[in-house]
Amino acid sequence: MLLKIRHETRYTYDRPVDYALEKLRLRPLSSAVQTVSSWALEVEGGKIECGYSDHYGNHVDLISTDIGGTDLVVRVEGQVETSDTSGVFGSVYGRAPLWHFQQVTPLTTVGAAVEPFVSIVQGADTVLNGLHALSSAVIKAVPYAFGKTDATTTAEQALAVAAGVCQDHANIFIAAARAAGVPARYVSGYLLMDDRVDQDASHAWAEAHVDGLGWVGFDVSNAVAPDERYVRLAIGRDAADAAPISGMRLGPSDEAMVVTVQVQQ
Amino acid sequence: MLGKTAGGLYWMFRFLERAENTARLIEAGFRIALTRSSDAEAEWRSVITTSAVRQAYENKHDGYDSARVTDFLLRDTDNPSSVLSVMKQARNNARMVRTALTTEVWLAVNETWMLFNEVLKEPVEETELPDVLATIRQQSGLVRGALHGTMLRNDLYDFCRLGTFIERADSTARIIDVKYYSLLPAPSFVGSSMDNVQWETLLRSVSAHRSFRWAVDSEFNATSIASFLILDRRMPRSLAFSAGQIVDNLGQLAEEYDMPMPSYDMARALRARLKDRDINAIFEEGLHEFITSILQDVARLGQQIENDYRFTR
Amino acid sequence: MIGKPSPFDEMQGPDGPRYPYATYGDWFAKQNNERLAKKTSEAEAFFRSTGITFNVYGQTDAEERLIPFDLVPRILSSREWTKLAKGIDQRVRAINAFLHDIYNRQEIIRAGIVPMELIAKNDAFLPQMIDFSPPGGVYTHIVGTDIVRTGEDDFFVLEDNARTPSGVSYMLENRETMLKMFPELFSKVKVQPVSDYPKELRRSLEGSAPKSCGGRPCVAVLTPGIHNSAYYEHSFLADQMGVELVEGHDLRVVGGHIAMRTTKGYKVIDVLYRRVDDEFLDPLTFNPNSLLGVPGIMDVYRAGNIAIANAPGTGVADDKAIYSYMPQIVEFYTGDRAILKNVETHRCSEPQSLQYVLDNLADLVVKEVHGSGGYGMLVGPAASKQELADFADKLRARPGNYIAQPTLSLSTVPIFTESGLAPRHVDLRPFALVSPTGVNIIPGGLTRVALTEGSLVVNSSQGGGTKDTWVLGD
Repeated sequence: MLLKIRHETRYTYDRPVDYALEKLRLRPLSSAVQTVSSWALEVEGGKIECGYSDHYGNHVDLISTDIGGTDLVVRVEGQVETSDTSGVFGSVYGRAPLWHFQQVTPLTTVGAAVEPFVSIVQGADTVLNGLHALSSAVIKAVPYAFGKTDATTTAEQALAVAAGVCQDHANIFIAAARAAGVPARYVSGYLLMDDRVDQDASHAWAEAHVDGLGWVGFDVSNAVAPDERYVRLAIGRDAADAAPISGMRLGPSDEAMVVTVQVQQ
Repeated sequence: MLGKTAGGLYWMFRFLERAENTARLIEAGFRIALTRSSDAEAEWRSVITTSAVRQAYENKHDGYDSARVTDFLLRDTDNPSSVLSVMKQARNNARMVRTALTTEVWLAVNETWMLFNEVLKEPVEETELPDVLATIRQQSGLVRGALHGTMLRNDLYDFCRLGTFIERADSTARIIDVKYYSLLPAPSFVGSSMDNVQWETLLRSVSAHRSFRWAVDSEFNATSIASFLILDRRMPRSLAFSAGQIVDNLGQLAEEYDMPMPSYDMARALRARLKDRDINAIFEEGLHEFITSILQDVARLGQQIENDYRFTR
Repeated sequence: MIGKPSPFDEMQGPDGPRYPYATYGDWFAKQNNERLAKKTSEAEAFFRSTGITFNVYGQTDAEERLIPFDLVPRILSSREWTKLAKGIDQRVRAINAFLHDIYNRQEIIRAGIVPMELIAKNDAFLPQMIDFSPPGGVYTHIVGTDIVRTGEDDFFVLEDNARTPSGVSYMLENRETMLKMFPELFSKVKVQPVSDYPKELRRSLEGSAPKSCGGRPCVAVLTPGIHNSAYYEHSFLADQMGVELVEGHDLRVVGGHIAMRTTKGYKVIDVLYRRVDDEFLDPLTFNPNSLLGVPGIMDVYRAGNIAIANAPGTGVADDKAIYSYMPQIVEFYTGDRAILKNVETHRCSEPQSLQYVLDNLADLVVKEVHGSGGYGMLVGPAASKQELADFADKLRARPGNYIAQPTLSLSTVPIFTESGLAPRHVDLRPFALVSPTGVNIIPGGLTRVALTEGSLVVNSSQGGGTKDTWVLGD
């Protein structure tokens, strides 16, 4: 399936910014499940300083804002040819060892709230069944709701709020899978929706490593396995590692952010 | 050179100059307190005002006397302008820019800091005050001597000198401003003991009570003293002299960097306000207004130098 | 068992001074104690006015302290040094190979030599270094190897400092002080010079510049600032190398490089000798609250546009748990047996070892796996019954946090006291410089000495002093 994607993030600062840096993980890579046929990244109000392949193999661009600027626009646009592998990404490994994806991170720390989800995996007859059961249980406990959580919300906190977005679902899934001994990771990307072209944000889901299959995807929010409607952007241990944009700003200004995402055939 | 290094040198010498100026103010105040005890309280108040620490002082003390004022100005670490406080800051700046200093300058500053900590460890007895003040002045001379004798005459030196003269211009302007009323030409008071005392204190505050007689072939009166402190380019603590030095150093920087900066133009404008002027015209303009606007110019110039040479950003 | 009553004294042999000290011993015998005492106080005054001080954390009354300097040199023969230097060279190469392996293919884990948990649970392991080779392949541009001695031919490595070892300024200043105090001595005894260290350091750092750098590489030293305990050393090294001493807020990402703010604009840095810990190095990548670091430097680093010395993440090679595997690590990467011995080390994470340690606590030294500076350790023979019992509880609670070693009978070298010479325990930290073209070990080092009679703790933060270290010429 050929997917056309346009993703724009616009920051507006309430006073001129002297210095700000953003890490962009906004360049999808071709793999067994997708082929990037065209892709362009544009920055207004700033410039690309350097780019490299990070420790998960993601392509990262470091950008800086123009001195004294009040707007920054980051826009990507391109086409990706995808295929359906029933959620299986497979036995494809980078240099980051599997054990690295069993490590706890601040966003995926297991406490009393996540604990019961760990036993769902441990109690299942097979790992794969356990992970499916985990996925269903997470979306049941944390129904989709926009604006109740933010980028810093941990798995434990999202369970306490009992509402969240794809990032929260993936973080909880990852936290529980790891505690049950299954390597798990976070995937950021795009999803073609049936009912609309314009979306409020990019998407995210989880992958777990199952012996014999390799990496297997779980879109907890939509209760499905990622198929040809999905485009992968970046991977990491959690949302902080794989976020499409993360940055920092010196000085007292406040920012407003508007994101527009369009995914269509 | 790093912008931070330029800033460190500049501030190091501003603080050193400030320590020296404070010592001189105390010396002048102390003299009045000894000779005319009835004027002492008012005199100490004006010393505190000149040092721009009146609010901080009054938050801590009610009333003015030698012991409390001298302690506040010399030793009190709550007073950011006390000799101990500024010496610590001068030395911290010296540590920060140590790679830019000659060994002699570094040793002079570090030893001065150690010595001040030693002599100011306990409150200073009145009988010891003259010695302590002399030590502070001598040590300032030592650092200055090391700078003149050993530092390359390049941008490093210019930033040191800029700090010295921005601080000095500010300090002399404040001294004049606090006593400006005694400098106004008011014929009925000429020669009164009141004015004589004030004039002498003014001159002592800038170590010029002797050089005035030497340099100025005229009466000991308000006009000639004001002219001496503001316009006389032979007098190393006058406003005109300080402005001239600032222009020279910024000019050398402009030449060395092949890049004239806005601060250079500002400094030349400041110097022009003090050059070939008639003191009577300044009185016409209003001495207080004139000094206030000079103080503003000096502050703006200092800020512009920081921006032009990227001290902090 | 090494710990027996009479320690090996490096100066006094059974029949007079040992060979390396022969000439010095003759000279010393002719000295007048009063003159020497006067020299000592002169040296202290010099250190104080020069500001050769260190800041002690958590002590407000003594913000800056002197490290006491003892005027009796620690002397090593050329033969003793050659063996030490060979051993250090071998070890440093192995450490660099180990780091590259750990951050890439992890063959040593696959081979079952180092357990995976030791890396996985190591806070010093930085994932951001995975799948990356630093410019020139160098991880540890500067290593300070702590060495102790227990007998004529018995040298042991106590610790490999692979992060940002400090103390080299004392090696240099101590020599300068000795030259100033006793110039006549150096005409009698042929001592190998150490004064080239700053030049060699700069050359070594320049040699590790990124390939993309054209012309002479620009080197700078990054310090946390004047309140850091080793600030004097940072400014000393920058000064001696003739490079800028920068702080985080002097630096920015400019044109894909890290550049420093000068009075004339931004200037690109090619090699940054950083004396800021990993955690604080880059607030964009690591601790976002760090005010000391340089946002974006890890991105610029991975893009290949700057060299960082030492590389981030080298701490994974120098903690005390990895230390216990060093003989195997050396053999795995160099194919040779380790020239320098390790101190026998019991890993409390292993139940059998833990039991042994608990049973023999009074005879052992117990250290935290990630500790340094002599803090958080137990010296069994010097501890009270209560202290032993308290520490045993800590061990049982977190065994993986500790290792234990026998109390070595460290060698002694005399110090000068009012009543003449008195033996005190010493250790040695030589400094090795690593560049893409090789390892360069400066003949000398920092000798630390426990000033209290019988004490084994040489750390400057706990009352230790220093000595000039002489390596004799042939």
